[in-house]
Amino acid sequence: MLQYHARLLGAAVALTLAAASPALAQQLELKVMAPAAPGGGWDQTARAMQQALVASGVARSVQVTNVAGAGGSVGIAQFVNGAKGDGNQMMVNGFVMVGALAMNKSPVTLEQVTPIARLTEEIQVIVVPANSPLKTAQDLAAALKADIAKVTFAGGSAGGVDHVMAALFAGAIGADAKKVNYIPFSGGGESLAAILGAKVTAGISGLSEYEGQIKSGKLRALGVTSEKRIAGSDIPTFKEQGIDLVLANWRSVVAPPGITPEQKQKLNDAVEKMVKSDAWKDILKQKGWDDAYLSGDAFADFLKKENARVTDVLKSVGLVKS
Amino acid sequence: METFAALAHGMAVAMQPMNLLYALIGVFLGTVVGVLPGIGPALTVALLLPVTYKLDPGGSLIMFAGIYYGGMYGGSTTAILINTPGESASMATALEGNKMAKAGRGGPALATSAIGSFVAGTIATIGLAFLAPWLVDFAVRFGPEDYFALMCVAFVTVSATFGDSPIRGLTSLFIGLILGLIGIDKLTGQPRLAFGIPELLDGVEVTTLAVGLFAVGEALYVASRRHHTEEKLEPIRGSLWMTRQDWQRSWKPWLRGTLFGFPIGALPAGGAEIPTFLSYSTEKRLTKYPEEFGKGAIEGVAGPEAANNASAAGTLVPLLTLGLPTSATAAMMLAGFQQYGLNPGPLLFAERPDLVWGLIASLFIANVMLLVLNLPLVGLWVKLLAIPQPWLYAGILVFACMGTIAAKPSVVELSMLAGFGVMGFLMRRFDFPIAPVVIGLILGPIAESQLRRALAISLGDPMVLLQSPMSATLLGIALIALLAPFVMKGLGRFKANED
Repeated sequence: MLQYHARLLGAAVALTLAAASPALAQQLELKVMAPAAPGGGWDQTARAMQQALVASGVARSVQVTNVAGAGGSVGIAQFVNGAKGDGNQMMVNGFVMVGALAMNKSPVTLEQVTPIARLTEEIQVIVVPANSPLKTAQDLAAALKADIAKVTFAGGSAGGVDHVMAALFAGAIGADAKKVNYIPFSGGGESLAAILGAKVTAGISGLSEYEGQIKSGKLRALGVTSEKRIAGSDIPTFKEQGIDLVLANWRSVVAPPGITPEQKQKLNDAVEKMVKSDAWKDILKQKGWDDAYLSGDAFADFLKKENARVTDVLKSVGLVKS
Repeated sequence: METFAALAHGMAVAMQPMNLLYALIGVFLGTVVGVLPGIGPALTVALLLPVTYKLDPGGSLIMFAGIYYGGMYGGSTTAILINTPGESASMATALEGNKMAKAGRGGPALATSAIGSFVAGTIATIGLAFLAPWLVDFAVRFGPEDYFALMCVAFVTVSATFGDSPIRGLTSLFIGLILGLIGIDKLTGQPRLAFGIPELLDGVEVTTLAVGLFAVGEALYVASRRHHTEEKLEPIRGSLWMTRQDWQRSWKPWLRGTLFGFPIGALPAGGAEIPTFLSYSTEKRLTKYPEEFGKGAIEGVAGPEAANNASAAGTLVPLLTLGLPTSATAAMMLAGFQQYGLNPGPLLFAERPDLVWGLIASLFIANVMLLVLNLPLVGLWVKLLAIPQPWLYAGILVFACMGTIAAKPSVVELSMLAGFGVMGFLMRRFDFPIAPVVIGLILGPIAESQLRRALAISLGDPMVLLQSPMSATLLGIALIALLAPFVMKGLGRFKANED
């Protein structure tokens, strides 16, 4: 009911504005779908876009809708079927959706949507409890090689970015990714408890989630997945430790299928203006997200490559049956 | 002593007029959304996040805490009056509370729940202030095997407590466990029993099941009985306020409920449902008036309500000390912290003591406000029951559907609500208890994934369940609770033979 009222209110405000200021009528009225429940990363991204698009004057109104379910499978199905050809709608998505669609055997795929731009990314980290004998990523690699089943990884949902990363780590050091003993928890909170309680060997998550624990010395970071060392951080990358593991949990925005090139251009421009606005930069700083803006064909290419890489990994760990 | 000084400072922060206003807005909003089934405190905090973006961090976090406490409280009002728990944590309250309301004792039921929430909330908040660092150590050591053992205790007590016979209780529990299997398997990511319907991939929503079984089922049942005998509801019989006897019967359940609620709420995967039901079972066993249970025993309202609010304070322990959100609302509050560039965790107490202690102090204030806000309303709420039955139940049906649609706008969800309503009707008709179904749905998936996690970590060795002292103790308790009734029966027969 709250949502309903909010919508009514939004409509009323839009009407008043339209009547009061004809000059603004040229501006966009957008709808952004977060294919997840309120509160998660996609929802926060959608609401951040809403804030930045309106604050920077790119759009007159932006309405965020939440369609939760199955790692975005429900949302994308509704988006592709319901918003077809609508040049005023966008949907937030990300790394996790790629895996979710493959695992749920979704009839709708990311190939059907119109790619607009990648917006943010978050670096991943592997941590161990402070009293763990493992000091470096190579120690962890040695433990994996000795007996892969005994090394337990805690992280987020099965098939999500943490799980894919565990498999990629094993693959990168020449161990059998299929045998990785990965233990999924719902959300970073629960897995953090398991790591701090030393119930598992190591934990995988987004860096920002564990930053407080790392700084306070309760967790030790073995390595991060960025290409180069993060400025001002003393955590080594996997690459500099001789392990070829580069990965980021990215979030992007896409448009419905069947829109005209002009409509696509309009959305591209809007997002580009938003990304360059101060409002957006402020939000990124607050949330600790890294700017990873990539648009046009480069983004479409990137999406294809990630899709292939993730699907391969999920096949190799047996989550997706080929 | 340091804690006292810090708390006093926190009080000064929270007593600032603006912060008092935020707390008031928070508890009011919380109570309102707690009353609506489907819209919980988590959703409210999520919707308010962008609004509070410009406020100062202290004020808006205090408001969020008020929403959290208020929501916990508001859910029990509808549970008592119209048998519609606003959220799963107030299910146990509905069991006895609604019976009391129907017997004209709605006033005392609401009062004991308000005062019980206040007492438990206050004690638990004191616990949060003084025990947090110690408690969090304990909570972190709680491993998957220990959770599994805790769930076993909950299953046994629940199936033994509800219904006329353990068999009926167990049947209901298993229906719930089966419903809990629907959706994506958390550990392998494979869909189960979803029949290709994408809406089912996330499993059955607890509120949809609870509202369907409790509210819709009840409405259908009442409609079906109308031609036989019209149930005369008396809004008030006897005193509107709690009698001396009510007080005597309430204070111990309040304290026991707090003892269940606070530590279990502090566990990362504890939740509010287990303590409320454990408290209900305990009160049923300890009561001096066992004949009243099932007909409206005040202990059955006082205990679970206290447990409910104490667990809300408990969830703040891991949130503030570790940055560990253990409930949906706590996760939203974490997002609220991060919005201001604050990372809850071991450093927060050191970096922003004003904020943390201001928050803790405002919890005290939120509790007082809830009491002041709700006690005078008791008389007003009870009048709801004077509405003619057909109107009241029609209203409940509208209310239930709107709540469900608001939470998840989909045809599948609404059809499920209707289906569960019919199921609730049939279960009432044939005397099966409905609460264990919901418990099964909530706890079944948790028990399953914790057991499988424990086994994955131990490489498939089931002995891990006995090697952890905590898990072994809890499993022992579950076993005793399961066998005790049969042993007692046997002993009774033995004695009878001797005579």
